[in-house]
Amino acid sequence: MKVVSTALLINLLAIVGLIAAWFVNRDKTRQALTVALRSFFKMLPSILMVVVLIGLVLGLMPPQKFSAWLNERSGLTGIFVTGLIGAILHIPAIIAFPLAGTLLKSGIAVSIIATFITTLTMIGVVTLPLEMKELGRRFALLRNGLSFIAALVIGWLMGIIL
Amino acid sequence: MKQPTKPAMSQTKNEWAIAIVLMIITVIVGTALPSVRGRIVQSAWSVAREMLFILPAVLVLMGLFAVWVSKETVNKYLGRTSGVRGVLLALFFGALPTGPLYIAFPLAAGLAQKGARTSNIVIFLTAWACIKIPQELVEWQFLGARFMLARLTLTIFFACLIGFIVERALTIKAPKTSL
Repeated sequence: MKVVSTALLINLLAIVGLIAAWFVNRDKTRQALTVALRSFFKMLPSILMVVVLIGLVLGLMPPQKFSAWLNERSGLTGIFVTGLIGAILHIPAIIAFPLAGTLLKSGIAVSIIATFITTLTMIGVVTLPLEMKELGRRFALLRNGLSFIAALVIGWLMGIIL
Repeated sequence: MKQPTKPAMSQTKNEWAIAIVLMIITVIVGTALPSVRGRIVQSAWSVAREMLFILPAVLVLMGLFAVWVSKETVNKYLGRTSGVRGVLLALFFGALPTGPLYIAFPLAAGLAQKGARTSNIVIFLTAWACIKIPQELVEWQFLGARFMLARLTLTIFFACLIGFIVERALTIKAPKTSL
């Protein structure tokens, strides 16, 4: 199974990295594990949110019905609305991929899923004030505005390519 | 370098509140509608299982990079670069999993002060936001290699394009301190 082999590869990388790091510098390795643990707890509510939400939505709406409902909205308007949702939401990308995978398996259009992931990661409405403060208002607005357009185009092209 | 201000704790609190409300709703729905209970549990469990299999490893990798590749390293390599090499370095250092986006802003401001090109700073920030190496692996697992590679290629192309447009439009006016 392809899905399992990717997970195995990542786990293998982590284990090899961890062993190598342990031999190079134990203190730094401990520090790295603390960082990992801390980010896990920071992500925990988002993880629970996504798991419960997927259960709830797929439980109440069989995948076929759900994708039919969404795919009726998969034109350019659909891409735009999905892009907006992705830009506003603040879900860690690592958690968004399983969500996107579930959506893809339920038959949602590739363009919608690609747009969602791309705006989700590329544009940070939450981090925008900080970006303005550090790099200037014009820079932050221009970069995020262009990124939003680019994300929509990426989603649209993904739908054509795949 | 200024200490980046962390997003307020209330962000996490809100997320917990939403998660708990969702769980309560799910329990109520599951109790009220026994016919869908099985499907709710099964869908939630299959996602949870896949995540549990991959998340610890990804977090460990990110932790290792965060500790080993310091802000100083990034600063050293990206401060005075140009040309194709500069673009590649900006992509590379952006893609290393070295921490959340809010760390990257003061870093980028510092690079601007050191005279790094605006386009490279934009490419660096975009890569930092959405081309993290462990993220790509997770995307590969859940969405397939073709999806991941196609989106990665498009993202790199557009990151560069955005960089050059922003550079044409403005130069970063980072507050000039001592040089």
